[in-house]
Amino acid sequence: MSSIHQELVNIVGEDYASNRREELFTYSKDLGTSQPLWPEYVVAPKTTDELQAVVRLANETKTPIVPLGGGMTLAGLALPQQGGVIIDLKRMDKILEVNEQGRYMVVEAGISHGKITSYLKKNHPNLMHSEPGAPPAATVGGNLAIHGQGDLAHPYGFNTDMVNGLEVVLPTGDIARFGSCAVGSGWYTMHPLPDIGLFLGWNGATGIITKVSLKLYPCKKFRENNMFVVENEEFVPDVLFEISHLGMAEDLIATSSEIPPMMNRLHYISIINTGDSEEELEFKRHMTFDVQLAKYIRNGVGGIVSLYDERSRPQVSKSADWKKGGGFEYVGAIVPVSFYPECYRRGSEISGRHFIPYTVLGRVIGSCHSMMFSWSYAFNRADDATVKHARDALHETDELVMELNGTIWKPAIFGQKLMLERMDPGALRLMKEVKKILDPNGIMNPGNWEVD
Amino acid sequence: MNLMEYKYKDMIHRCFRCGYCKFPTDWSDITNCPPYARFRLESYSTGGRLWLIRAWLNGELEWSPNLANIVYSCVGCKNCVEKCPHSFNDDVVNMIIAAKTAMVDEGKIPKAVGEFLTNVQLHGNPYGMAAKRREDWMEGLNLEPYKGQEFLFYVGCEGSYDTRAQGAARATAKLLQQAGVSFGVLGSQEISDGNEVEMMGEDALLEDLAKKNIKMFTELGVKKIITLSPHSYNVFKNRYPDFGGEFQIYHHSQILANLLKKGLIKAPEQADARITFHDPCFLGRWNEEYSAPRKVLAAIPGAAFAEMGRNKKGALCCGGGAGNFYTDFLGGSEDSPARIRAREADEAKANILAVACPNCLTMLEDAVKVEGLEDKIKVRDISEILTA
Ligand SMILES: Cc1cc2nc3c(=O)[nH]c(=O)nc-3n(C[C@H](O)[C@H](O)[C@H](O)COP(=O)(O)OP(=O)(O)OC[C@H]3O[C@@H](n4cnc5c(N)ncnc54)[C@H](O)[C@@H]3O)c2cc1C
Ligand code: SF4
Ligand code: SF4
Repeated sequence: MSSIHQELVNIVGEDYASNRREELFTYSKDLGTSQPLWPEYVVAPKTTDELQAVVRLANETKTPIVPLGGGMTLAGLALPQQGGVIIDLKRMDKILEVNEQGRYMVVEAGISHGKITSYLKKNHPNLMHSEPGAPPAATVGGNLAIHGQGDLAHPYGFNTDMVNGLEVVLPTGDIARFGSCAVGSGWYTMHPLPDIGLFLGWNGATGIITKVSLKLYPCKKFRENNMFVVENEEFVPDVLFEISHLGMAEDLIATSSEIPPMMNRLHYISIINTGDSEEELEFKRHMTFDVQLAKYIRNGVGGIVSLYDERSRPQVSKSADWKKGGGFEYVGAIVPVSFYPECYRRGSEISGRHFIPYTVLGRVIGSCHSMMFSWSYAFNRADDATVKHARDALHETDELVMELNGTIWKPAIFGQKLMLERMDPGALRLMKEVKKILDPNGIMNPGNWEVD
Repeated sequence: MNLMEYKYKDMIHRCFRCGYCKFPTDWSDITNCPPYARFRLESYSTGGRLWLIRAWLNGELEWSPNLANIVYSCVGCKNCVEKCPHSFNDDVVNMIIAAKTAMVDEGKIPKAVGEFLTNVQLHGNPYGMAAKRREDWMEGLNLEPYKGQEFLFYVGCEGSYDTRAQGAARATAKLLQQAGVSFGVLGSQEISDGNEVEMMGEDALLEDLAKKNIKMFTELGVKKIITLSPHSYNVFKNRYPDFGGEFQIYHHSQILANLLKKGLIKAPEQADARITFHDPCFLGRWNEEYSAPRKVLAAIPGAAFAEMGRNKKGALCCGGGAGNFYTDFLGGSEDSPARIRAREADEAKANILAVACPNCLTMLEDAVKVEGLEDKIKVRDISEILTA
């Protein structure tokens, strides 16, 4: 048999398979603090057929494979822990169907969230999907593989709750479909078939998501960012609860950060309200501030910072360039909303110990069912000491999440180990069995969610 | 080369590799960096390229032909400058050009780049053709050599030598004649403007060309220059002042728009035309001139106009910049940017793909042919549409 590289070239063509040092170098690093881990090959298939052939080849030769979307997790989740082939999925980015009345769209999983938002805005302006606050190159498949959340998290939950159907390439190279599409009825629902939830949140360790039916939601004509502020962090959970009671906000995020100084030790709550008319928006403003939050304003412990601001695409990665350093990474945790004050206090202590200005953020998921709380640590990519500080701070934060009884979201390998250590034995056994059945050769993103 | 000598040593690590720069202004596709569109491997994205350059400069990676190809596949289209959200965005493309300079200094450049630069050095043009042949395009036009007229019409290497681009040079000259504009040309005296040479990192050669051109223009008494190519427009306008060359520079689209406005030329009626316009990077993103060519097209009676999805600041480059029309690092695939662009013109249902740059003209004309669209779409310089 010819070399793996040659086989890969045969499958995808010369331009899209590489074992050259420059490509391997590029894919050995991600944006965060992880140490480089080198793949042996990089391949970028265009079609499901090509992907299946790559996976079959890997399975036959017991070569590890790591699916890659935007590579934006920051946590090294698409770095090859055991070498092998990185499969860059971003060429698989077609929009296959939009069903306007059924409010769903079917896409190839390597599509970027930026492209979806742009496409809907242009072609179906009354529909939207839940775009994560990540850079727009983040892909649908990658986001579902880590249980991401986006700008519709408050009304509708995790992005993985917004899936109407899935197609997956299994570690054998075979294809499986889930949801109504599995019985040939179109891609309009995930239910009522037996639940086979084996792929979402698995970091690609059980299969590669190739097609997704995404639920779409009404997109109102106008969208504004209304900002409320409190000084006492203890008020934040109740403020969020009060706003959430209305069930009106499209997105609900609390933030605090040392820089800029006007945000230091204050807690800004961004309330995204939407409407098809000024009357609708005015009604929502009235209900939010004159009714639900009136007690805070009356007592002088909370205030409106701004109304009517336009909501623009978040450019979060600017925080990467604090002190011209070019890097940051964050720990995210899924925690009850009531944890906000403690998470904030303990997080700012960790930041202080590592000489990094604190930056925390909590995004409400569902009707205050939980929140994604993040602690960001900036570093200077050209200064190893600051990278080490950030890495240590991240590890301390992972441990903090465990201590607080939270759940680490998209944990790096370090955090995954902490979570697996305290996992219910029954669940642990089942995870191990599932992995063994689906991926007997252990080729799928090995090292991730791996039960010893 | 070591990092300490590199001009952007305190900046290059700041690229987060977040990939905002892969997109056009409307975020409609991840393929707005031409080499990334062509190869779709992260190494070919702006961020990938910057991280590789840094690794080379700090000794993490050895130089290799592949590294040089990746660096030289940057066509200098400035989409990254437009989209990078960071405060250093203005210098993103400069960081890549400076890496090319480092490769030139080390003598480690791809063969085709070496040929291009040698040809310019020896013959004053990238094709290695004789200076005498620079006059081929003028045949039968009865043009005057420059001798103090109001304008110098600087045609540039592509317009002079490339048989297809010559059409645009001829059409422009005819329009200037029709309008009674006082202008002259340099003929075989003309030499390369140096724009591509700089984009390829050959600073010394740019300086040499700029000084020679400035000397010639000054001795001839040139004050105002009309350029056929946006590349010439860019370097004359933005770089020649650094070498003491201060002239009033106009791109032919600006002159034509003005002549139409004054009624000195008239656009012929084209009732069946459905025109789309491809923004040249060195007119658009480099010099923020988006309106002049559109004004020209808007003056054509009966013609319909349709923008392609990616336009103006968000336009996808044809892939011909920074010498790539010659070195061709991005050719040979249906994902070559020029072919993507040809398909986009087709999606816009255009039957004329208008351009305002001789590079774009040749790149896109070839692409339309390879895509099998030549019966549906004609690629025309705006001057050619006015003389149709
Ligand atoms: C500034 C910034 C802000 C962010 N904000 C948010 C936010 O608001 N919400 C949010 O959810 N996330 C956020 N993130 C995290 C992350 O960027 C996103 O979740 C992103 O959507 C992940 O997708 P990706 O394509 O980049 O995944 P990748 O990093 O490429 O992959 C993630 C994991 O999934 C696996 N994988 C990739 N594609 C597939 C596939 N098709 N099938 C199976 N497995 C696959 C990979 O191997 C890896 O383990 C943010 C990141 C940054 C840098
Ligand atoms: S150049 Fe700017 S936008 Fe592009 S990857 Fe680097 S930091 Fe991100
Ligand atoms: S200038 Fe154009 S080709 Fe070069 S890196 Fe930037 S976007 Fe890519």
